[in-house]
Amino acid sequence: MTYTEKTHAAFGGAPINTGDPRVLAWLIRRHGLEMTHISRGSHIGAIFSLAEIMATLYTGVLNVNPAEPRMPSRDRLVLSKGHAGAAVYAALAERGFFPVEELSSHYANGSRLSGHVSHKGVPGVEFSTGSLGHGLAVAAGMALGGLKDKADWRVYCILGDGECDEGSVWEAALQAHQYQLDNLIAVVDHNRMQSLDFCENTIALEPFTDKWAAFGWNVMQVDGHDVTALQAAFEKAKANRGTGKPTVIIAETTKGKGVSFMENDILWHYRTPQGEEYEAALKELEAQRP
Amino acid sequence: MRDAFTRALMREAAKDPRLTLVTGDLGFGVLKPFWETYPEQFVNAGIAEQAMTGLAAGLAMTGRTVLTYSIGNFPTLRAIEQIRNDCAYHDANVKVVCVGGGFVYGSLGMSHHATEDMAILRALPGVTVFTPGDPHEVEAIVPVMLRTPGTCYLRLGRGGEPCLHPGPIADYDAPRALTLREGKDVALLSAGGILTQTVAAADLLAQKGVSAEVVSFPCIKPIDREKLAELATRFRHIVTVEEHSIVGGLGGAVCETLAEMGAGCRVHRIGMEDVYSCIVGTQQYLREEYRMDMNAICERTLAWLAE
Repeated sequence: MTYTEKTHAAFGGAPINTGDPRVLAWLIRRHGLEMTHISRGSHIGAIFSLAEIMATLYTGVLNVNPAEPRMPSRDRLVLSKGHAGAAVYAALAERGFFPVEELSSHYANGSRLSGHVSHKGVPGVEFSTGSLGHGLAVAAGMALGGLKDKADWRVYCILGDGECDEGSVWEAALQAHQYQLDNLIAVVDHNRMQSLDFCENTIALEPFTDKWAAFGWNVMQVDGHDVTALQAAFEKAKANRGTGKPTVIIAETTKGKGVSFMENDILWHYRTPQGEEYEAALKELEAQRP
Repeated sequence: MRDAFTRALMREAAKDPRLTLVTGDLGFGVLKPFWETYPEQFVNAGIAEQAMTGLAAGLAMTGRTVLTYSIGNFPTLRAIEQIRNDCAYHDANVKVVCVGGGFVYGSLGMSHHATEDMAILRALPGVTVFTPGDPHEVEAIVPVMLRTPGTCYLRLGRGGEPCLHPGPIADYDAPRALTLREGKDVALLSAGGILTQTVAAADLLAQKGVSAEVVSFPCIKPIDREKLAELATRFRHIVTVEEHSIVGGLGGAVCETLAEMGAGCRVHRIGMEDVYSCIVGTQQYLREEYRMDMNAICERTLAWLAE
């Protein structure tokens, strides 16, 4: 059985509508499980955390075209929390940017699909990250260029909440406000966990929404696993064009969402799904297939 | 050098309306003509060098040539990972400009002494490193740098350095080294604003009966290998002079290149001897203190020739 056949097996040969955000979110989790299993890789908790965010973006929010990945009028997406790169690769592959089968090469010797997201040779990836705290400033630069050019496209940037320990995030937040980047939409995957512990036990971020508001951003708070709520938030964020303020969507999420024993367990930031744990996770996911 | 930079940049900005200058809240009195003339091509990123550099990478990805500008270690070391990951890895058309290479801000202390920047920037793949030695070199290099694809580093000195070349340098092509004096006993190789001391040292050596060739390296990465190969055949002693650590900058580049070539000459490096400056003073005082001023270059060269 090929990688694609295996990861699509739950659909039993029926057509798969990857334009449905619930279907795409499920596929992102299915690939996240399989990719980290094959590669013995980390970060499955973060991949599961932003599955709905990524799926919503790639099913109608982002103006992107797999036939022309560098289309000048495309929306730009910067994944600042690059360790969840598998979620971007999975979304891009399922949306036709490159073959799904290639996802099996994640982490492998000689692969272009690095653990942290890389643009080199991967159609659809806008920017490479991996060191936290870089993405928002770059996204702000793209947005500033877009505003100067009076372009219609927008820039989206996905950050982790733990990533907001980085001072450079707040430097960029100040700049985005100063330059009135109302074509910039940030999403924070607010799963309240970071590498070793909960954020509040590490470097407390609360009151988190107030911080962004104090930095001069439009702030929205949504259930980051509810695609309808996410779609509405993105529509509202798009309508903020003209307000002169950047927008941040604080997406309330659960690390490891979708597999009961991974949810809210710090173990699954680094732990790789193998053996019985892999089988149990697969069984839970299969039961949730939309 | 700063004024020559602004002049050259103003000329280029007139030709390219997408050329954008981003400052880290520095350049008062230097960049003013630029922001007054080209406000749409100017951004003040505030005192935030990491985000300034990321912002520049993003701006460059919208089809612009973008310069970042600040003092000494701020646009370079403070933002080194942004230069590596966001700019150079993405082949972003960002030109990092530092004013105050070496001891220009000597009295302000070690935080403002830029003495490892050339080495650190030179180590990054895809980054071209320019180290002009006088205002004519700056004016020649700015347009060359702006036409060099990808990420570049330009290390400037201060304002008011004398012109050492007799006139404008026509048709400069990087990484060509530029000969200021021809000689037959020793070659003095120089990178950056300390070229004044190197030229003066050649005069002192002449008074002692030693004929020194003076060659400026306005670009140390890539480096002019042909010139180095030629110098190695003509001279038994080559002295490198830089207001910078002897590790990894001009001296390092020359040693690496000549060792690989199997050159038979000796290389002697003048610069900071792998230490931090811990005293302050004028630029010239610190050059004397750390034995890289014209007298020290002359004396040390004579000693090496006598070995």
